[in-house]
Amino acid sequence: MTTPRLALRGLRKAFGRREVLAGVDLDVRAGESLVVIGASGTGKSVLLKCILGLLRPDSGSIRLDGEELVGLSGPRLEAARARIGMLFQGSALFDSLPVWRNVTFALTSGRSVRGREMKARAIAELARVGLAPEVADLRPAALSGGMQKRVALARAICARPDILFFDEPTTGLDPVMAGQIDRLIREQVSALGATALSITHDLESVRRVADRVAMLAGGRIVWEGPVGVLDCSGHPLVERFVRGRAGDSPVGAEAPA
Amino acid sequence: MRLAARALVTLGAFVLQGLAALGGMALFAATALGRAVRPPWYPARLLEQMALVGWFSLPVVGLTALFTGAALAQQVFVGGSRFNAESTVPAITVIAVVRELGPVLAGLMVAGRVSSAMAAEIATMRVTEQLDALVTLRTDPFRYLIAPRLVAATLVLPLLVIVANAIGVLGGYLIATTRLGFNGATYLVTTARYLEWEDVRSSLVKAAVFGFILALAGCYNGFRSTGGAAGVGRATTNAVVVAFILILLANLVITVLVFGQ
Ligand SMILES: Nc1ncnc2c1ncn2[C@@H]1O[C@H](COP(=O)(O)OP(=O)(O)O)[C@@H](O)[C@H]1O
Ligand SMILES: [Mg+2]
Repeated sequence: MTTPRLALRGLRKAFGRREVLAGVDLDVRAGESLVVIGASGTGKSVLLKCILGLLRPDSGSIRLDGEELVGLSGPRLEAARARIGMLFQGSALFDSLPVWRNVTFALTSGRSVRGREMKARAIAELARVGLAPEVADLRPAALSGGMQKRVALARAICARPDILFFDEPTTGLDPVMAGQIDRLIREQVSALGATALSITHDLESVRRVADRVAMLAGGRIVWEGPVGVLDCSGHPLVERFVRGRAGDSPVGAEAPA
Repeated sequence: MRLAARALVTLGAFVLQGLAALGGMALFAATALGRAVRPPWYPARLLEQMALVGWFSLPVVGLTALFTGAALAQQVFVGGSRFNAESTVPAITVIAVVRELGPVLAGLMVAGRVSSAMAAEIATMRVTEQLDALVTLRTDPFRYLIAPRLVAATLVLPLLVIVANAIGVLGGYLIATTRLGFNGATYLVTTARYLEWEDVRSSLVKAAVFGFILALAGCYNGFRSTGGAAGVGRATTNAVVVAFILILLANLVITVLVFGQ
């Protein structure tokens, strides 16, 4: 057995008395695309934020290529973060900066330096996600939701991370746009040879993006398997999700987010 | 008796909350400044904030100073005439403007503009996960967002207050020469004679402190906001209220303890 790229063990996180993650165990292997599914409010975003170090888990372990991330700080945390790209649910573009500064943000850590070079780079990156060079000079607020997602994807991959996280990349997009974003994600993951961990409650999206699927419910991973066996999982919650009712039934959740 | 006890409890809780908030703000400021001494630095962000805080506050601060300086000269004239001391108008006006009204009014007006804007912007960044995005893109929000705002406001407010003082004195001069029968040249000479270096120093120290306070109130409340759009609204209101109270409190402390001798 080789070490998984990312290994979560016994991950717990509570807000007040509400335990959102109740001992999550999950492996993501190098080069695979794993999709975590689950109803709204089950803690999928909390799971990602714990991995990214934006939230501190109450207990448990998160290992990146064997290195413990929980409690890591300073240059070693920075080094780990340099390997990570993240696409946020709402794109989270910096609306005070033009698109091209957004795209190249990771390369300059936000400093306004090397303008000409960065702009050229941004235009090349935008082309990768199917956006025209003119977009580079616009402000994020001037873009449609789908274009914002593309820019956010370009920003996430610009520094060539080898692990990518996607939080509900297709939520709020029309089906055509959602399909395009999924295809772009798939393309970029293969092009970079990256490992991907995505979150979604969109079944179509799961089928397009996933190699493997894991289901989060009640604060734990209750099922995981290859995307090919999703339709014959034999697990009641997964079956319910596949039949298209998971999004609106509060499975394992006391209160929606 | 019962009522008094309850009032005391409420007051006590209010004071404790206030102290906790002050402690939180102090810690927040220390974090921002502690991190800002080491690179990466963001000079472009600093200049941008200096323009936002300073340049764009000039009209509102200038008008406030002009009107208040003029009204003040008129009031000093009325008060002074009750004991035949109308001639004190230039001296009292310049001292009151430079030591008190210039910095306090500029501080409050800029707080109204800037603390609220900073709180709203940063709280919105929190809500829309832009603060999280900064961290995942390996950029420290304290260095990138907070420190430039604190430093910019602290540097720029003294400049703004110099302008406010000059315009405030000008307001007094205009009223005095057009309505109160003062000779223009004499008014200016008297103003200059009674203005001391100590007054200017007090003015500038206050301005820098107020600048720091108003940026801190904005950043702190924005940064720790929770709860969506309603949270953004709360952060904005709190920022302005806290900035006003702290500016007035700091003004009292500086006036009495530092320049009261
Ligand atoms: N910072 C927070 N403070 C308190 N509760 C939170 C916080 N973040 C998330 N939660 C709660 O955790 C639960 C899971 O949220 P989330 O991970 O966003 O769900 P989803 O699976 O839809 O992404 C929700 O009930 C939410 O209210
Ligand atoms: Mg979510």
